[in-house]
Amino acid sequence: MSQIFNLPDVGEGLTEAEILSWKVAVGDTVAVNDVLVEIETAKSVVELPSPYAGRVEKLMAEEGQTVEVESPIIAISAGGAAPEQNASPATTEPASCDAKDAGAQQAALVGSGPKADSVKRRARKRPEPVSAEPAASFPLPSKHVASHALAKPPVRKAAQDMGINLHDVPPTGAQGQVTKKDLLSYAAHMALPQATQPGESPSSFWQATEISDDRIERIPVKGVRKATAAAMVKSSFSAPHVSIFVDVDASRTMEFVKRLKKSPQFEGIRVTPLLILAKAVIWAAARNPQVNATWTDSEIQIKHFMNLGIAAATPRGLMVPNIKNAHELNLRELAIALNDLTARAREGKTQPAEMSNGTMTITNIGSLGIDTGTPIINPGEAAIIAFGTIKEKPWVVSGEVIPRWVTTLGGSFDHRILDGDLSARFLADVASILEEPALLLDM
Amino acid sequence: MPQANTPATPWGIPDLVQLMDETGTVRTHPTFSPYADELTNTDLKEMYRTMALTRRFDDDMTALQRQGQLALWVPSRGQEAAQVASARALAPNDHIFPSYRDHGALLERGIEPSEITPLFRGSATLGWDPKKHNVHPYTLVLAAQVLHATGYAMGLNMDAQIEAETGEKQTGQGQATDPNQDAVKPAVAVYFGDGSSTEGDVHEAMVFAASYNAPVLFFVQNNGWAISVPFETQSRVPLATRAAGYGFEGLRVDGNDVLSVYAATRYAMDKLRAGEGPVMIEAQTYRLGPHTTADDPTKYRPQDHEATYTPLDPLPRLEAYLRSRGVEESFFEEIETEAKQGGQTVRDYVLNSKPEDFETYLDRVYAEPHQQVEDDRAFYRAYTAGFEEE
Repeated sequence: MSQIFNLPDVGEGLTEAEILSWKVAVGDTVAVNDVLVEIETAKSVVELPSPYAGRVEKLMAEEGQTVEVESPIIAISAGGAAPEQNASPATTEPASCDAKDAGAQQAALVGSGPKADSVKRRARKRPEPVSAEPAASFPLPSKHVASHALAKPPVRKAAQDMGINLHDVPPTGAQGQVTKKDLLSYAAHMALPQATQPGESPSSFWQATEISDDRIERIPVKGVRKATAAAMVKSSFSAPHVSIFVDVDASRTMEFVKRLKKSPQFEGIRVTPLLILAKAVIWAAARNPQVNATWTDSEIQIKHFMNLGIAAATPRGLMVPNIKNAHELNLRELAIALNDLTARAREGKTQPAEMSNGTMTITNIGSLGIDTGTPIINPGEAAIIAFGTIKEKPWVVSGEVIPRWVTTLGGSFDHRILDGDLSARFLADVASILEEPALLLDM
Repeated sequence: MPQANTPATPWGIPDLVQLMDETGTVRTHPTFSPYADELTNTDLKEMYRTMALTRRFDDDMTALQRQGQLALWVPSRGQEAAQVASARALAPNDHIFPSYRDHGALLERGIEPSEITPLFRGSATLGWDPKKHNVHPYTLVLAAQVLHATGYAMGLNMDAQIEAETGEKQTGQGQATDPNQDAVKPAVAVYFGDGSSTEGDVHEAMVFAASYNAPVLFFVQNNGWAISVPFETQSRVPLATRAAGYGFEGLRVDGNDVLSVYAATRYAMDKLRAGEGPVMIEAQTYRLGPHTTADDPTKYRPQDHEATYTPLDPLPRLEAYLRSRGVEESFFEEIETEAKQGGQTVRDYVLNSKPEDFETYLDRVYAEPHQQVEDDRAFYRAYTAGFEEE
């Protein structure tokens, strides 16, 4: 009968270890406490002595394989003078362990080589995920951000060595801690060519022919880039997009923003034209509900709530976190929610829950100085609004050309749900608010 | 002219007491040699035996931990001389407050190796009867036992006072022995390490021990490492230097030399029993293994560690000395055989003992039902039920 040695937890709460090298082969005869295998845990490299005497029948894990604690790693026949039961380790005479040569053996029981990966633990049950039908009680984005980035010491050390501030790394650990993987993907992202600053010479980007044979930089498609690509392809090829544009005189919006900034009620709160646009989109959606909808092949689901997504460039790539139940927020609350959302996105701390269940999206391409574009709808939604830059342009008022603050609104709509007239009415409604924010009093 | 006080030339360091050097050659010392001379060949052979059994027990426990049979093991490798020789110098009615690494002292005191195993197996919180040996439980909270020991020693003084007034022996003096048969007044020895010596507890204990003239021996095994922190980082001066600051004597001995450890301990206990207050002994030894089975010393130790410190191993030193005194090869062979058998006994004992159900620990917190304990029990059950099915 075979005796099976399961991988033990050799270091207080470890759950796995990597098999580094086997010290025995199938057919070898081993005695109790003979070294069988060298393993590397999150804490150290150790050699495991045999709990059994007998002949090695089977190695049940390969070198280089990561094995969970309690998984079988070796089968040893119950040979020799003292046959043993399967489950209990041998109590036979240890063969190789006498007081003198124990020294050499003892020294071999600890080894070298740091391994800084995180300690994996048994999975905890999680609360049931909130269903796709967000209730009114859906929690607002948390306003509490831990002031101290959580990470285990090896990750901390690695971040320090790499010159990376842990606060900048988006955490995915179960307790909100930055894992080694998070750190590496962040570092990989940071290593991507960054946009050249205005005025900075981009000459170093180009490579002369004689310097290198391979002048093509290859960036693996993975993570957020991959997810973004898949979502865009899905949306682009499943939802027929119709895009429309409108130029808007946003001068009153600019004045309104200026007044809000001075208002004591908005003291300490960042107020931007985006806030007015967000409010306008919510207001217009209520008047044209089909823009706030999802297409399935059997039905059109019209959402009587607004989880307003804001497309944001983050250290991890493009993210679309959304403000849950934005329709319930007054202007001040909406401003705070926007601030929180953009701050978290900029710090790369957007949580997966913040990106799920969006109903409609705004992309603020104006922040990059662009007039307008044809945005691609976030999958599962029916409309996306592109907010162009606001700048002073000549504008004709009552036959006279005068400078006004002008912007262009662009929108893409899922033609399966919305025909041109509905899309146009919606965009015109949004534009009307930017032209006259006082209409919001109608809400 | 006052002596300069820089890290390179600190003042007030006690001389190192060494009676037997690395080769097993013995020299004389006016104060300590008379104590060492008490040791007969039989005493020395018994000490060697306990040290060898401790070494073997230590190896077996490390192997058992690597086989998943123990949660943790704290090796004593390299510190056997300091532990065994100091414990041997104590009287049977003295009280020992150990740390968690003092296996040699326990074995010298008559505790069976298997009795040390339950704490590390998780099959019981304590495997030996403290009252039978006057050896208190292992303390995992660093340095806490130093306070316990000092308090106990202060209690012994109070007992002595009561006895002087009433003529009745008090309980603290008895336990392991019959107080009426005791040859000497009981005292206390507390074991701790250089890492613990940095804890505030040790400072507080020494202040109180000095203030109350408590009969307590502070026996610190300086094994060179506080887990991964080398001793040079912990202190500018040998630890024995600190005793002067509290106003009692500090001795610095070669902790790998059984003769000087024994002699210094005997000297210190005589002083304690004479009412001359606490004494501190710093036994300078070396931790040849890891801090525990949960760390990897190759990550923080110098590469040449083995070459530098293997010569300090106390076992070959004592063996050389015994051979020079005419002890025959057969003695060492017998010890080897006995150590093997002892290893087998420990292995069988460990494999046959079952880890205790966690909730039984909750049952022992209070004698009567208690809401806090029930809250904790509910939390524990919810916690253990909270894992994904595997």
